[in-house]
Amino acid sequence: MSEPVIHTEQLTRKFGEFTAVDAISFSVGEGEVFGFLGANGAGKTTAMKMLTGLLLPTSGKAAVAGFDVFTETESIKKNIGYMSQRFSLYDDLTARENIRFFGGIYGLSSASIQEKSKALLSSLDLLPVADSRLSDLPLGWKQKLAFSVALLHEPKIVFLDEPTGGVDPMTRRRFWDMIYEAADRGVTVFVTTHYMDEAEYCDRVSIMVNGRIAALDTPTAMKDSFGVTTMDELFIRLVRPGAGEGI
Amino acid sequence: MRVIGFLLQKEFLQIFRNKGMLPIIFIMPFIQLVILSNAATFDVRNVPFNLQDLDRTSLSERLSEQFTGSGYFQLTGESSTSPQALDVLVGRNADLVLVIPEGFEKELMRGGSAQVQLIINAEDGFSAGVIQGYTNDIITAFNRDLIPQLPGSAVGAPRQTISVRSSAWYNPELVYIDYMVPGILVVLVTLVGLFLSGMNVVREKEIGTIDQINVTPMKRYQFITGKLLPFWIIGLGELTLGLIIARFAFHVPMLGSYWLIYLVAGIYMLVVLGMGLLISTLTESQQQAMFIAWFFMVIFTLMSGLFTAIESMPHWAQNMTMANPVRHFVDIMRRVMLKGSGIREIATPLAILTADAGLMLTLAVNRYRKVSD
Ligand SMILES: Nc1ncnc2c1ncn2[C@@H]1O[C@H](COP(=O)(O)OP(=O)(O)O)[C@@H](O)[C@H]1O
Ligand SMILES: [Mg+2]
Repeated sequence: MSEPVIHTEQLTRKFGEFTAVDAISFSVGEGEVFGFLGANGAGKTTAMKMLTGLLLPTSGKAAVAGFDVFTETESIKKNIGYMSQRFSLYDDLTARENIRFFGGIYGLSSASIQEKSKALLSSLDLLPVADSRLSDLPLGWKQKLAFSVALLHEPKIVFLDEPTGGVDPMTRRRFWDMIYEAADRGVTVFVTTHYMDEAEYCDRVSIMVNGRIAALDTPTAMKDSFGVTTMDELFIRLVRPGAGEGI
Repeated sequence: MRVIGFLLQKEFLQIFRNKGMLPIIFIMPFIQLVILSNAATFDVRNVPFNLQDLDRTSLSERLSEQFTGSGYFQLTGESSTSPQALDVLVGRNADLVLVIPEGFEKELMRGGSAQVQLIINAEDGFSAGVIQGYTNDIITAFNRDLIPQLPGSAVGAPRQTISVRSSAWYNPELVYIDYMVPGILVVLVTLVGLFLSGMNVVREKEIGTIDQINVTPMKRYQFITGKLLPFWIIGLGELTLGLIIARFAFHVPMLGSYWLIYLVAGIYMLVVLGMGLLISTLTESQQQAMFIAWFFMVIFTLMSGLFTAIESMPHWAQNMTMANPVRHFVDIMRRVMLKGSGIREIATPLAILTADAGLMLTLAVNRYRKVSD
């Protein structure tokens, strides 16, 4: 593996007595598509918020793009893109206005905003609806737009929190095509999902259970070592050890 | 600077697209001004009025006729002693007693001035203020008619011939609308500023877009400026609208300087917006923010001297009003508009407002965190 762009050691986050993320350690290499899997409430969003400088960890160590998550969050923010679990664009603005706003606050020049806006809207087939409010667009289109907006300032790493939640399978496929395109350009992709089939699309996956990383490997190696044929089966094994045979 | 520009643009787009917000911003001032100032003219018709004329001269009779003929007061009886007058008031047979002392005409003819006493039932401080306003109106008019008839009165003779002891030292006619409108304008800009800014950041928390902002390299001051400036501009626009209505629909005088009003308003808006932003950072939902904003709005308005005179509050409450920015701005507005005060005369409340603004903005900026812990 090349030089890691994300590296954590015993990274932990507690909310009061409750440990949402429990001493996780892993590394993600440059240009990798890293899948961060787990059921609802496993601690995926919490982990991602610590890595993006939105939430202070309780203990442990972590660096993103070479910057410390405790002390250098503002430097991290210059190097990453983020698509939050909840809808991350403004519904009462149009596609064009959203692109303009986020391009602007990341410091892109007006000419560059103009140019990217045009390229992006046409590649997403959004030109006919570029001036209607996002609230009028289907969720799948909005998610694809949100992903493109997260890449607008050409970050080294992009964090995607359940980007395909609630989206139809066709659009999910198209979304993963976009992820590959970004990875081909050298962008590191850190993506959470609770769709186990999406794990197959990742270079490596980690599976989180109750705040801990229960398994971490390439999808093929992971299935082999557990002696299962699908990620779904694997997941059931991990969540309920001893189960699986009966199903 | 560019970043702030983009934020401003986005905020204005959102504000003007929010169909629920526009009526609040542009129609509320009219409704509030019209309702609150007309309530006054409604209340004051046919106030039961008791006459205690101890002078019994043609001049005292003329004065009491001014009262009965004004349409505001209805004579319900006469009294001849103070205890009697008190009974009438307590028994609610009258809300106003006019006492014309013995020797009224003689003093007026000889010395050019005399006093009458007005006893107003002030159970309801609101109507008492209205009643007082109109009695003063009547007496002023009476004085005006009287001056040329007084012996030895040339041009430059004393204008205030008959004086009422309780007369306020500014807005001497105590015209109710003149007195209320500057205060209502303050409530108006406070309401709009506090609620719009209080709802704003918490709304982004609710939808989740705040994370998207916090994950950008935007600086805190840029965010705060971008969030406050739109409402600062809207607040001053609102004030302008209100001042125009005050001038042309209500004919409220403007004896002081508009520049001064805008200077104070500019500082005052920072207090209100800082507070709204603070509420926004401390709450998790728009409902919560709304409740807290409402709580402060009610207390601030009640303790502003707008409806209840500060002097008639208990001592502890009077002290508390010193911390109330609304009180200071109401005070300044009345003084500048009705009395023509300059910056020197309002220096103290202005200094308090400036300190408040510094405090609120510091608190708000400190409470707003890009990284939560
Ligand atoms: N701010 C918070 N305060 C208290 N508990 C929280 C907070 N955020 C998340 N949690 C809890 O931490 C756990 C993990 O949440 P989350 O990271 O959102 O999981 P996931 O993204 O995997 O669904 C959940 O049990 C959740 O209730
Ligand atoms: Mg989550």
